[in-house]
Amino acid sequence: MMESELVRVTAFTLMMAAIATLVMLPPGVALAWLLARRRFLGRDILETLVSLPLVIPPVATGLILLKVLGRRGPLGSLLEHTGVDIVFTWKAVVLAMAVMGLPLLVRSARAGFERVDPRYEQIAATLGAGPWRVFLTISLPLAGRGLLAGVLLGFSRALGEFGATIMIAGALPGTRTLSVAIYRNAEIGQDAAAMTLLAAAVTIGFAAVSLSNRLGAST
Amino acid sequence: MELHQRIEARTVALYGPSGAGKTTTLDAIAGLRRPASGEIRIGTHVLFASDVGVDLPVHTRRVGYVPQDVALFPHLNVRRNIMYGTGRRDETSSTTVLELLEIGGLLSRRINGLSGGERQRVALARALLSDPELLLLDEPMAALDLGLRDRILPYLERVRDEIGTRMIYVSHIKGEVRRIADWVVVLDGGRVVRSGPPNNVLPGT
Repeated sequence: MMESELVRVTAFTLMMAAIATLVMLPPGVALAWLLARRRFLGRDILETLVSLPLVIPPVATGLILLKVLGRRGPLGSLLEHTGVDIVFTWKAVVLAMAVMGLPLLVRSARAGFERVDPRYEQIAATLGAGPWRVFLTISLPLAGRGLLAGVLLGFSRALGEFGATIMIAGALPGTRTLSVAIYRNAEIGQDAAAMTLLAAAVTIGFAAVSLSNRLGAST
Repeated sequence: MELHQRIEARTVALYGPSGAGKTTTLDAIAGLRRPASGEIRIGTHVLFASDVGVDLPVHTRRVGYVPQDVALFPHLNVRRNIMYGTGRRDETSSTTVLELLEIGGLLSRRINGLSGGERQRVALARALLSDPELLLLDEPMAALDLGLRDRILPYLERVRDEIGTRMIYVSHIKGEVRRIADWVVVLDGGRVVRSGPPNNVLPGT
């Protein structure tokens, strides 16, 4: 296997996972905070929906995304009118990674928010801080380590994403991540190439998860 | 619980055993707990009125609160803790409060390096510097040993006399109440048992 493929696929995967992490961060933090701090109608359903990608087969999640975003899907047909194409592009890779990484980010960030004593938030409010200021200056920094652990977990999950990605983004040269490339090479008998890519995937994954564990343990 | 009091005094003590409803009352005034019905007012400033649907958000009530555990923000140093609510105060009054409570030398310290007495003074300064119309102190000396209480009480007296902030002071210690308050509300089982000047409602030593 060509060095260039290793470098290209690894860089592409890292970049896609980084973008996916940025994409999942705002909804992930909002969901984590809502689930940790608010009681509302439909909370249980929301909590289940968020965790669903953890338990259903990733390929099934990919199929749902494909049906929703495909040309004949409810969202896909709308996007087609605006000239935005998602399916079988790098955007589909990001989306699949974000959807699959989100549950892990939410779980860890939620635990972080739950560990923040609500008394600090209440006292900050008595000092004149409105809800946003309380969130940004008290809740977020105090939940910071849990959040960071969640970001790393979500990022790690995104790096290893395969099932949903292959459904919605395929194995095209422009959408090939490490896991898809490993599968492709193994399938066509390029074992040496597959093993090189495997080594890269294991190294990156190991570093991300061990860092996440260290942060989680010291929260 | 039920509470009906209209008090003119500047320093009011809520006195009574554990479970009497003292902290619940403070939480309701600060807006951290919603009463089922009634009205809460500081002078003409209505904080809560169930019959007209007023329930001011906590951050607009201008009620400073020093809880029992003081709840200093652990990720901020002393300076950033006490300046957290200073948007409403000018620099001169900040200096006055720091001098009054003798915490000028602690500003760069971390919270977890402070002694019990220092924590109390920092929490008091933080609440005062948010320029509250009313200061709520929930057993501010419960966690301190006797010697330390005697050292902190004069600071509270100075806040009362020199800054003149209106205070509600929760305590179950008669001696403290006598020194600090000019009006006492005795609570038990969620109701007012007696109310009046300390010498009238807290007879004996």
